[in-house]
Amino acid sequence: MTARNLYRKTLNNVMLTLTGVCAFVTVSTLFVVLAYLVYNGATSVNLDFFTKLPKPTGEAGGGMANAIVGSAEIVGFAALVGVPIGFFTGVYLSEWGADGTFAFVIRYMCDLLNGVPSIVVGIFASIVIVKPMGSFSALAGGFALSLMMIPITAKSTEQFLLEVPRTLREGSLALGASKWRTIASVVVPAARRGIMTGIILGIARISGEAAPLLFTSLNNEYWSNPFKEPTASLPYMIYTRALSPYDDWHRQAWAAGLVLLGLVLIANIAARLILTRGNSAARG
Amino acid sequence: MNAPAKAKSKQSSDAMNTPGEAPVSEAPATAQAPVKMRASGVNFHYGSFRALYDISLDFPANKVTALIGPSGCGKSTFLRSLNRINETLRGTRIDGEITLDGEDVLKMDVTSLRRRVGMVFQRPNPFPKSIFENVAYGVRVNGLASRSELPEIVEKSLRRAALWDEVRDKLNESAHALSGGQQQRLCIARGLAVNPEVLLLDEPCSALDPIATAKIEDLLVAIKDQCTIVIVTHNMQQAARVADNTGFFLLGRLIEHDRTDVIFKNPAKRETEDYITGRFG
Repeated sequence: MTARNLYRKTLNNVMLTLTGVCAFVTVSTLFVVLAYLVYNGATSVNLDFFTKLPKPTGEAGGGMANAIVGSAEIVGFAALVGVPIGFFTGVYLSEWGADGTFAFVIRYMCDLLNGVPSIVVGIFASIVIVKPMGSFSALAGGFALSLMMIPITAKSTEQFLLEVPRTLREGSLALGASKWRTIASVVVPAARRGIMTGIILGIARISGEAAPLLFTSLNNEYWSNPFKEPTASLPYMIYTRALSPYDDWHRQAWAAGLVLLGLVLIANIAARLILTRGNSAARG
Repeated sequence: MNAPAKAKSKQSSDAMNTPGEAPVSEAPATAQAPVKMRASGVNFHYGSFRALYDISLDFPANKVTALIGPSGCGKSTFLRSLNRINETLRGTRIDGEITLDGEDVLKMDVTSLRRRVGMVFQRPNPFPKSIFENVAYGVRVNGLASRSELPEIVEKSLRRAALWDEVRDKLNESAHALSGGQQQRLCIARGLAVNPEVLLLDEPCSALDPIATAKIEDLLVAIKDQCTIVIVTHNMQQAARVADNTGFFLLGRLIEHDRTDVIFKNPAKRETEDYITGRFG
C-alpha cells in the first residue's frame, strides 16, 4: 500500500461521503418541510376548513372554502389559456422548428418568459386586465398564471414529442397521411402520457404562486364573482394569515400551507404514475 | 435449400401468366413484364454528401426486385426516394426522374404517391393503437372506405399478411403486445390495406429471427401477384430466395442488375462477384 494508493482511497471515500451527505440533505429538506407543516397544520385542518368562510378577525374557527374554490378558479382560468397555447407552441417547435430563425426566437423567448420574475408577470397582468376592467378578479389572476404556464407546457410538450421515434412518423407518412394528420393521429397520441405529465406538473407549479396574484386577483374574505371581483386563493391566504399578529390566523396559514402542499404532492405523484405506467406499456 | 427452388418455380409460373410487353429496358430481366416503376439518372444528396450517382433501374410489374450491397452503399436511400419519404429529412436533394406507370413521381401529389407506393421499415413500427386501428389507419386517412367496410378490409389485409389467425381474437388489444415478427407482419398488413401498387421493404427481416423471417418471405412471394415488390436486404440468401431480379449497389452506384439467378451465378462485374462470394462487405 503506497502513499499514492492511500491518497486515492481516502479521496474516494471523502467524495463519496460528501455527495452522499448532500443527497441526504436534499431529500430530508422535503421531509422536514412536510413534517413541520403537518405538525403545525394538521390540528387546524378539519371539515370547517374546507366548508366554511373565514371568521372575522378575533373570532376563532372558520375555514377557507372560498380560497380553495378561488384557487381552483384561478388555476382553471390559467390552464384554459395556458395549456392550449403552450401545447400548440410545443407542437410547432418540435414538428416544424428543428431549424430556422423563427423557431429559434420562439424557443429563446420561452426560456426568457420562464425566467421573468413572477411578480413582474403580476404587474403586467394588472395593467393589461385589471386596469381596463376596473377590478381585481380571478380572471386577471388566471391570466397572470397562464403566462407562467405557457413556457412550461411548451417546453415539456416539445421534449416529449421529440422523443417519439422518427420511424413512427415515417410509418404514417408512408401510408399517405398528411403531416398534420400524422402529428394528430400518431405523434401526439404516442407522447400523450408525457404531455399530460408536463401539464399536470405545470399546474402544480403555478398553483403555489402568490406573487402574480398580488395585483391581479387580490384576496377576499367572502365568496366572489370570479369575473369581476377580487377572489381569494390559498397562496394569498397564507400570505395574509402568516403576516397577521393572531395565533388563530397563524394556525390557519399552516393549515392552508398543508392543504396546498398536499394538492401539489398528489398532482406530482399522479403525474409520475401516469408516466411510469406509459413507459412500461410501451416496452410491452 | 428448399426455399430457392420454391421461389424459382413460382417465378417461372408468374412469367407465363404475365405476357411480356415490348422490351423497355436494356436489362434482359425486365423484358419479361411491363415496367411498373422506373428510375432514370437519379442522384441524391444529403447536404453536401452525394449518396446516389446516376441510378437507372426498372421495376417490372408483379416481380420482386431485391437491392443488395454493403452498408452505406445507398440502397436504402434509393428505396426511400421511390416514395419520397427521404424528402422529409432536412437538407436532402434529389434529381433525375422516377416514374410510376409513366407518371412523374417527383411532381406527383405526395400523399397519393405514398398511397400507391407503400413501405415497410427495418424495425417494426406499429402505431401505439390497437391492432385493428393500425390496419385501418391508412384506409381512414385516405378516406378509401366507409366505417362499415373497415372490419372486412382489416380482416382481408391481416389474412394477406398471414397474421389473421394469430390476432383474430385480440383485434382491440395494443399492437405493442405482439412479438417482433407479428408486429412486422402487422406493418405489412397495414401497408396492404390501402391496396398499394408497389410495396417497398427496407430490410424488413433484419430485426427478426429465422422463423419470422421465413414467414415474411413466404408472404412476399404470395402477394407479388397483387403488387410489385422492391426489397432492400443485407441477406443474400434472402435475395436469392424471394427475388426475381436483383440490383447490386456499391458506394452510391448501381453496379449491375439482372435476373437473380444471373447475378448470383454469373455476375457480369468483378465487384458483384467479390461481394457475392464474400470477399468483402
